[in-house]
This record gives sequence, C-alpha cells and structure tokens, in this order.
Amino acid sequence: MSEGTSRREFVIGALAGGMVATFSAGAARATPDEMRMAMRKVVGNATVRKGRIELDVPPLVENGNTVSLVITVDSPMTAADYVKSIHVFNEKNPQPNVIGIHLGPRAGKAKIATRFRLADTQMITAIAEMSDGSFWSASAELIVTMAACVEGL
Amino acid sequence: MARPLVNVPAKVKRGQVFEIKTLIAHIMETGFRYTTTGQRIPRDIITFFSCTYNGEEIFSADFYPAVSANPFLTFYTTATETGTLEFKWIGDNGFSETANATVTVE
Repeated sequence: MSEGTSRREFVIGALAGGMVATFSAGAARATPDEMRMAMRKVVGNATVRKGRIELDVPPLVENGNTVSLVITVDSPMTAADYVKSIHVFNEKNPQPNVIGIHLGPRAGKAKIATRFRLADTQMITAIAEMSDGSFWSASAELIVTMAACVEGL
Repeated sequence: MARPLVNVPAKVKRGQVFEIKTLIAHIMETGFRYTTTGQRIPRDIITFFSCTYNGEEIFSADFYPAVSANPFLTFYTTATETGTLEFKWIGDNGFSETANATVTVE
C-alpha cells in the first residue's frame, strides 16, 4: 500500500500495538498482517475498545492440537442489548481465523466454550460485536510446548 | 462415521438459562499437512454449525481449520417453551449431519 496510512489502518494498528504493548512487555513482535486484515474484515471502520470480554485459556499449552477456550462477554443479553457475534483470531497459525460465533437475544448468556489448535506460542484475540454496533476485544498470550500441524503422519 | 453427541437437560424451568453441549466426531483435516511423500492432504473440515429452538436459530458458528478435531461447543439459551432443539453441522465434501434433542419446560 503506497497511499500512506488511512484512518482504518491507523485504528487497527493502534489496536494491535496496544495489545502487543500490554502482553509482551515491550518486546518487538509485529502482529502479522493477515490477522489485521482478518480483523478489518469483521470490524470495518469501527473502533475496537478493550474490555467486556473474558478469555479463559490455559497460559501454558502442552498440546497445541486441543486448547480449551472459554469466552464470556459481559452483556445482559436482552432484546435491546445483546452480543451479535464473537470472532476469534490468532497470529501465527496458517490462517488468522479460529472461529466465528453468532449469537442473539435468545442465547440467554453470552458464554461459549470450544477447543482449538495452536501452531506456535502466540497471542489470540477475541472481538465481540454488540447489538449497538460497538466492538470490544480481549487478548491472551499462550505458550505452546507442542504445536499442532507438525506431527508426523 | 460422524457421530454427534448432544447434551441438553431433560427438564428446565421457564426462563431459566440452560447449557447445551455438543460434540461431533470429525477429523477436521486442516489442509496444511503433507504426507511423507510430500503430497498435501486436502482440507476436510466442518465449516458451519447451527442450533435452532422450535425452528428459530439461537446459535450458529463458522469453523475454520484452527478448530480442533472432533469439534466441541458449549453454549446457552433461555428456556421459553417445551420443544425441540435441532443441531446441524455442514462441512467440506458434502458433509452434513443433524441431531435433535427435546427439552421440557415446566
């Protein structure tokens, strides 16, 4: 891209920069572009704020093939105020998307649990879209000792 | 081949938020692995899951290769009336699987 930094790139970049600063204590780690692109596809031009999401993941992962993931979003889940979707992204797997969840007011509680794969020690990010159009995010750093996708056949 | 398991409480009180657990046997081949002879193993994953409660969709999910083999999902819904929960999984190579569960609301 040669036309300089657009507002969108700035917003996403600021978001990613903030996350890196928070979770790797200043270590120089570029958030891969693919993750940013995937986030941009979901978020568009909107600002993503931190908070309202709780990610429950193991800090140390022994087997990257099955990593438990519990996401809880702080929302009353009423017809007027509910979580529309939750998207989970990763930095270093072959693809940036992990899972996309679509909820509605009928869900009763904005909490889901699943299991996913991690190819390397990395940071994952969940972004929730609320019914009022706002976006909220949370990130977690996971250390992987045995990565998915590398085992022999 | 693919055997789904769903766990739904048999009886719930009206208005109560209850937990639904689903598990389905599926290899979730990522498409990023190679055989010992260097051939790429084609992707074979479940791409979509949905759950309806008396015909109304209450939950759906898009799966990517990063979802583990034998996808497991836990989610919640509010008990409104006695009825059927229908679960559907759709994936690569024409994969399609369904499961049902009934819930009695008191």
